[in-house]
Amino acid sequence: MSVEVKNLRFSYGEHEVLHDVSFKVEAGEFLSILGPNGVGKSTLFRCVLGLLRDYTGSITVEGRDAKTLSIREAARLIAYIPQSSHPAFNYSVRDIVLMGTTSGLGTFSTPRKEDVRRVDEALEKIGILDLAERCFHRISGGERQLALIARALVQRAPILMLDEPTASLDFGNQLLVLNCARELAREGYTVIQTTHNPEQSYMFSDRILALRGGEVLTEGRPKEVLTQDMMRRLYGVEVEVSSLFGDRVRVCTPASVIGED
Amino acid sequence: MSLKVRKRDRLLSGPKAILLMAAVLIACTLLSFLFGRYPVPFKELCGILWNKFLSIFGAGIEPFWDSSMEIAVWNVRLPRVLMSVLVGCCLAAAGATYQGVFQNPMAAPDVLGASAGAGFGAALAIYVGLSSMYITFAAFGMSLLTVVLVFWVSKHAKGERVLGLVLAGIMISSLFQAGTSFIKLAADPTNKLPEITYWLMGSLSGMAWEDLGFVIWPMLIGLVPLFCLRWRLNVLSMGDDEARAMGVDAGRLRIWLIIAATLVTAASVSVSGMIGWVGLVIPHMVRRICGSDYRWLMPCCMLGGGTFLLIVDNISRNISTSGIPIGILTAFVGAPFFLLLITGRGERL
Repeated sequence: MSVEVKNLRFSYGEHEVLHDVSFKVEAGEFLSILGPNGVGKSTLFRCVLGLLRDYTGSITVEGRDAKTLSIREAARLIAYIPQSSHPAFNYSVRDIVLMGTTSGLGTFSTPRKEDVRRVDEALEKIGILDLAERCFHRISGGERQLALIARALVQRAPILMLDEPTASLDFGNQLLVLNCARELAREGYTVIQTTHNPEQSYMFSDRILALRGGEVLTEGRPKEVLTQDMMRRLYGVEVEVSSLFGDRVRVCTPASVIGED
Repeated sequence: MSLKVRKRDRLLSGPKAILLMAAVLIACTLLSFLFGRYPVPFKELCGILWNKFLSIFGAGIEPFWDSSMEIAVWNVRLPRVLMSVLVGCCLAAAGATYQGVFQNPMAAPDVLGASAGAGFGAALAIYVGLSSMYITFAAFGMSLLTVVLVFWVSKHAKGERVLGLVLAGIMISSLFQAGTSFIKLAADPTNKLPEITYWLMGSLSGMAWEDLGFVIWPMLIGLVPLFCLRWRLNVLSMGDDEARAMGVDAGRLRIWLIIAATLVTAASVSVSGMIGWVGLVIPHMVRRICGSDYRWLMPCCMLGGGTFLLIVDNISRNISTSGIPIGILTAFVGAPFFLLLITGRGERL
């Protein structure tokens, strides 16, 4: 068991954001978390990452209670790939990726030659080694996302958490990033992403967790979750779900569009 | 793609930049003795310094210079030269640190009120008639106290922690500036007011070994951690969530960096008075030379800041017999230079 969340509750002051969320992710699985805006996806992420610690319930990461992990230990188990990263200064892609080595360094140390070599290996693996010397500000959104994934690989954590990795990317870049995430899951990484795209999570992920109102609405294989009934209940809109290519693809069409005829 | 992409936004690689800047600093230090009201020829300078070095081991060489030259070099010029290098080094390092810690390229060493506090402490000490050593102590103590106060206030501020800290810094700075103004109003206009005004303008004239002996400790205690934590400063500048997810305790690191940067700022302003612009301009200038990676940026800022202030102090010493306060000159040089940086060709800040 890679990540296990049990009866997780979290509130910001009076306002309870997560009530009783439980789920499990196995090693090598690609889990997509779906849910409307403001449903607590980010809060859930922050709890699992150890950024928020005053929750009730338990989170177990690689068999260890997440609350007992130090910040450094947590970083060695889980790598975080933010939706977008805006460094205040001009770093090169290689510098940004090199930051992933920090959890393996002493407090007063700087990266060594071998760390730089690992960075280049990760860039090569993701296929962006030619961008290494480029300025992080100047590469495209998709390339930035891939660089952040490379940084997560350099961190050598078995669990990768991607926060809406495809938001604000063009269609081609979305597929590039999702393919990359799926490949990494096949290699044995545990990949967890939040997303607003049910169709893509159907195509790319192994399981889907649907959150609604701070609770788990449903959880299971994409075929079980991406149904007309579930989409209606999840997003509160009327949709038709149609199956294409022998059910390898499912398309959600708003009922209002079809109903016009 | 046929577009020519400028790959790097820096002139030199890190190690090359460090070597170059160290060489420039050493050259400027030696040249500083050759200019001034009592120019010291190079040969005599080497003789005096070599003799002083040998005297550590109880040895010595026959002096081929007169003793007044030795006094000018050893008791007047050298402490001042060392002090301007140290102050410049500290202010630039503190500025670079604050910019990273607050992820804000506009941050300067006085964001948290260190300068305003020092100014108030010094004005108060001059007002009650303390001697120059106590003026330094008062400025140093008051400077640290102000930053502690800013921390305490920001702890009670609602909302975002870093923003609260910066806002508290601005407010408390202006409170202390008002206090300083009030002291100036109450001070005797014939002797105390000019002294306060002169102190506030910033000056490195009249530096002695005792001043150096006092400030070197807080400066070293601050500069060493700033140098050693420079890689983590890169990670911290990515923002708290990302830094923590990469294994860096952002909150704690920020506090330690602020303590170290405040210590060196307080030590600097307590001896030199208000010297603005160095902490803001030098890090940006150095970013153009060696890039933004703090591994190289931090040592280059330390060297570059020292060189800059040394040059400006030499100008201030030589431009007129009474010497123009260095604080005025850094503003005259720094502000246009900064404008050039933000409007000129090249990358955004």
